[in-house]
Amino acid sequence: MRIYLDHNATTPLRPEVMETMERVLRESFGNPSSVPFEGTRARALVEQARDQVAGLLSAEPAHIRFTSGATEANNTLLFGLLAPGDHVVTTCVEHPSVSAPLEVLASRGVRVDWIAPDESGCIAVADVEAAIRPETKLVCVIWANNETGAVQPIAELAALCRARGPWLHADATQAIGKLDVDLTKTRVDSIASSAHKLGGPKGVGALVLRDQATIRPFLLGGGQERGHRGGTENVIGIAGYGAACRAAAATGAAQGETMRRLRDRLWRGIQTGISGVRWNGDPVRTLANTLNVGFAGVAGEVLLQALDLEGISVSAGAACHSGSIEPSKVLLAMGKTPEEARGSLRFSLGQGVDEAQIDRTIELLAKLVPRIRELGEP
Amino acid sequence: MTAIATPERVVVAMSGGVDSSLAAALVVASGAETIGITMRLSASGSRCCSLEDADDARRVAERLGIRFYVANYAEAFGREVIDAFADAYLAGRTPIPCIACNQRFKFDHLLERAKAFGAARVATGHYARISHDPATGRARLFRARHREKDQSYFLFSLRQEQLRQAHFPVGEMSKEDVRREARALGLETAEKPESQEICFVPDGDYAKVVERLRPEATQASGSIVDEAGQILGRHRGIHRFTVGQRHGLGIASDRRLYVVRLEPESQRVVVGDATDLDCSGARVERVGWISGEEPDGPIRVRVQVRHRHRAVGAEVRALASGETEVRFDEPVRAVAPGQAAVFYDEAGDDEVLGGGFLVEGRR
Repeated sequence: MRIYLDHNATTPLRPEVMETMERVLRESFGNPSSVPFEGTRARALVEQARDQVAGLLSAEPAHIRFTSGATEANNTLLFGLLAPGDHVVTTCVEHPSVSAPLEVLASRGVRVDWIAPDESGCIAVADVEAAIRPETKLVCVIWANNETGAVQPIAELAALCRARGPWLHADATQAIGKLDVDLTKTRVDSIASSAHKLGGPKGVGALVLRDQATIRPFLLGGGQERGHRGGTENVIGIAGYGAACRAAAATGAAQGETMRRLRDRLWRGIQTGISGVRWNGDPVRTLANTLNVGFAGVAGEVLLQALDLEGISVSAGAACHSGSIEPSKVLLAMGKTPEEARGSLRFSLGQGVDEAQIDRTIELLAKLVPRIRELGEP
Repeated sequence: MTAIATPERVVVAMSGGVDSSLAAALVVASGAETIGITMRLSASGSRCCSLEDADDARRVAERLGIRFYVANYAEAFGREVIDAFADAYLAGRTPIPCIACNQRFKFDHLLERAKAFGAARVATGHYARISHDPATGRARLFRARHREKDQSYFLFSLRQEQLRQAHFPVGEMSKEDVRREARALGLETAEKPESQEICFVPDGDYAKVVERLRPEATQASGSIVDEAGQILGRHRGIHRFTVGQRHGLGIASDRRLYVVRLEPESQRVVVGDATDLDCSGARVERVGWISGEEPDGPIRVRVQVRHRHRAVGAEVRALASGETEVRFDEPVRAVAPGQAAVFYDEAGDDEVLGGGFLVEGRR
């Protein structure tokens, strides 16, 4: 029985999501853009899911633009909003689906200011405020970081941006389902979201925004999503996404408290059982399910693989296509040395994790970490 | 809690080639819990670490139903192997990076990782054989059963503790057998072409690699001279030459001229006739012995000074300077500083006794 502590990478499908998707797969093959009966049914499924996603986020259904995931949502927003000469304020701890497009846009004449976080991985509102200029078009900040779980001050940034004018986009992929992402309370202009981080399927997500007209379509085609995103809808995925959002809305804060209790148990166990460990981040401003730990004198890659062989799934840094692991840019941005970054692992909890699994993880870490330190790989 | 260390765990170094693929299959067939590892040895662009090769290894691992990981050693490999390779060329030697790679990466580092995994052994796709002498507890290293694929030349520097934990499953097999079995098992790599080059010099252009790592080499130049000191031409850096080389000298002459010697201090390339390449002996440094024990006095061996050369009879004698002198029974051509001199047993030319690195051939 494996112990899965990698929920920030992806989550298993919730049973209710699987039921929904199976039903759609069996019963509804229609094209939502088609007039006949089959199409009408498929359209109804898509619109029901739109209501469910909007419900979780306290957004209007009309604000949901379905995409193939958060990467497409971020790309759509950035390429759809920015033009040469525009100024952007963003952070050094964005997901690559934000930083990579911004680097391309920067090479095409968009001016980008990258705000460094403090050692906990959080950025200061004052730094963003100081960077905003009259021509600043966009402030783009990850709501909660995938690697460290660091939660950014989005509510304050939203107030700041409303006062000063720029569009505020937040990549909320990791925040949704873990934090109260309520777009009525927190007035961001747009967020990116992905279904598979909250018990939904891969390959579907959304760009959520009030002002649909301002953001040019990223994919041109048959006028789907009210002309904002071409391409026949991923009906099965979208229905699964809706089901996942409905389930997440029902679980709510209770889940968060369970995660926090288990995560803190894991940290206490690591802290008491193993020397030379450090929490990369500020426990108070971190997602309840995430723990990023630096193990001094340990290659995270080796520890990750050794844990995997013993049945425990965690993450380290950023895996490239070949599967080897590079030191995390996020940890480097937080001021960690390359060695510290290489010696760090991310534990991310989720549904199904229990105390016995946490205790087994602590026990194995206490065995493997000293063994690996003794070997001292490069 | 169950013990982590399960003695039957074996790590297999999987390059994505057919030899290591079949080695993995044979380890699986032996009943061991097998873990495949591809070593990532450089950041990009080199053959051994290409995505395609890692993907091939991964596909084979999937077919075999074993766990598979990539071990990232790019930084250490760049420092310990590739930089040393470039510096050796600039110093007028002809380096042989595969030996350091085998000793330090395939065995030191991979053995360390194996231990972290609770594995006792590392298997590779090398064509060589190891036997374990139960009486002495010593491991012995031999040439491959099929000489045409023998890779023992690249393994002479392995130490006892490395050999004791190393395993060469294809060492008894011919290449044809390896391909046949790989085919029979449906391994994706069964028909994959052989790789001949040094992995980080994919197109065989050593000079380009040296110049990329040590840009000052592009400015290098010097004279091509004969043994009498007569200047015959100019060259663009001694890193472009190796002892025994005949082509690419860029000088017109009635004689067939060969590189006889490289002189790093004066940046001179010395050329001569084929007979000038013949050496009666050589000085060798950093000599090690597989047994871990130095011989008491001079010993008779067969010595091989290049991967593809035939081994010849020789006497090996330790010098007071710490270097070792080798006297060949018959002239040996093109003894290149930086290459390995590997000692095999005199009678059978089969067991690796030890070896070192050539400092200089003696005429």
